[in-house]
Amino acid sequence: MQTGLPLKVATIESDVEGEFVENRHTVWRRFRRRKVAIAGAIVLALMILVAVFANVIKPFDPDFQDPAWSGYPLAPGMAHHLLGTDELGRDLLSRLMFGARISLTVAFFTVVMEVVIGAIIGAIAGYYAGVIDFWLMRFTDVFLSIPLLPLLLVLTAIVEATSTKASLSFLTIVVIIGGLSWPTVARLVRASFLTLREREFTEAARAVGNRDGRIIFRHLLPNAIAPIIVQATLDIAGVIVTESTLSFLGFGIQPPTASWGNMLANAESNMTIAPWVAIFPGLCILLTVLAINYLGDGLRDAIDPNMR
Amino acid sequence: MLISIIIFVILNKAPGGPLTPYLQNPHITQADITRLKHNLGLDQPAWVQYFHWLAHVVTGDFGYSTSNSEPVIDAMRERLNATITLMGSAFVLSLVVGVTFGVLSALKPQSFLDYAMTTFSYFGISMPVFWLALMLQIAFAVFGVTAFGYHFALPSAGISSQDDWEWGDRLSHLILPTITLSLLYIAQWSRFMRSSMLEVIQTDYVRTAAAKGLPRRQVVMKHAFKNALIPLVTIIAITLPQLVSGAVVTETIFAWPGMGRLFYNALGVFDFSLLMGYLCLASFFVVFSNLLADVMYALLDPRVTYT
Repeated sequence: MQTGLPLKVATIESDVEGEFVENRHTVWRRFRRRKVAIAGAIVLALMILVAVFANVIKPFDPDFQDPAWSGYPLAPGMAHHLLGTDELGRDLLSRLMFGARISLTVAFFTVVMEVVIGAIIGAIAGYYAGVIDFWLMRFTDVFLSIPLLPLLLVLTAIVEATSTKASLSFLTIVVIIGGLSWPTVARLVRASFLTLREREFTEAARAVGNRDGRIIFRHLLPNAIAPIIVQATLDIAGVIVTESTLSFLGFGIQPPTASWGNMLANAESNMTIAPWVAIFPGLCILLTVLAINYLGDGLRDAIDPNMR
Repeated sequence: MLISIIIFVILNKAPGGPLTPYLQNPHITQADITRLKHNLGLDQPAWVQYFHWLAHVVTGDFGYSTSNSEPVIDAMRERLNATITLMGSAFVLSLVVGVTFGVLSALKPQSFLDYAMTTFSYFGISMPVFWLALMLQIAFAVFGVTAFGYHFALPSAGISSQDDWEWGDRLSHLILPTITLSLLYIAQWSRFMRSSMLEVIQTDYVRTAAAKGLPRRQVVMKHAFKNALIPLVTIIAITLPQLVSGAVVTETIFAWPGMGRLFYNALGVFDFSLLMGYLCLASFFVVFSNLLADVMYALLDPRVTYT
């Protein structure tokens, strides 16, 4: 790649690019060797497919109360309703599919928000260092030392009491969880920026006369992306659990919209007579989170074997 | 300090403020509300209220809990014991089991035992706490376990089923909540202990000890194990905030009369002083344990010095 001798100076950016491309191949090769990570990716892909095509493959409408079974809710699995029905005679399998839709989209958008906030704060702290860094990190520490779940519960309880609408919106959950879980990302980005800012290519970019914003986003951030991707993957798993916990406690996604968490909340009171209603939503959460964790760890080992 | 300001601001922005429970009472007129507001100093600007509140907190007064009709500090003191029992037993269980698992799997890497424990810890990390609680209730409380011709069933709620203190009764109530709360930490700490132990075993001083001809048991316990424990202190401090979060869920599901449940009940009725007090205490607990971890770390490892 670097055969053209005299043009070397002009290719600082593409040099970095080349390093990255080469890296991508080795990463993929290392990743392929991890069977469990591949299995995790496949399970996750299946879950996403089910969530996306829930409309097409659903056996029933998730809110449809089967009149044939409304007199006998909490029916066990059978040919008609594969996994049985819940306490209102709704098809459990269909609700699980639509629950996947809610849980996965909430997790995805939350993590996007968390990464954006975390990356910006971490980048500013790491790039400018000094006083700005000190105060931004103290600010981050404050968020890290309040136990997350109680704070989330208080916030959602407040929003629920304020909002004129009967139910908490999907967006509120995303904003609240995303707005509180960025500190880990911020710390990560800051750490890699602190080393990256001393590297030659940063100096070169500055010498050419780039403005700070451009250096941060065009030159430094692409180089810090690997650990962010790993953290984001693992955080998706975390957010799925957090959201379902909130919904389970009654402060997350509100019924009748199905989410894996609030399906469990309804199931708790009927657990003695219909344990399957409680088992399946939890299994979905466990399976998805397990898949993401295996995938995330596989990615981490593939991207940087020394990271752990 | 900074934490308390943030929490105060958040809760102050809440609708109707601390008087929400009264607003819903039809017997209270608008004039009463105004009078109450004045008496409690709620008509003053937020920062005045904050310093007022802070001054009280310093003397151990967290205000009056509207939903429990008693001072916050009393409501909490009653439940502190239950929470400490639960958290303490979960902490000890996780520490013992987690460290044992970690060391065992590090001693024979790539063995069947190692794979089994790694898989177990992945499940532990991925398991939603509240679902684990429900499953344990189904398995041990609803159906029970039949073994050796006897049928065992564990209680699924509360702290005791009789008024007078009896060890067997108390312990049987403690089992399920403790397992629920511990699993995540067993998983996290055993994974960390494994990698920490693997790292230490490769160091020169452990190899020297083995080369000297010391028995393997002594090398592992005296040289490797002790050094592998040091970084675990940090991880424990980092994961402690989750213990507080986990306790809220566990106490709610198992009807455990502790502070987490007190907090959860206060949420529905929006008991301002109590929520504020709980969040502050929980945050202080976290900050304090982080500080403790730093100090412990310096004590355990003389190489670390503070400048």
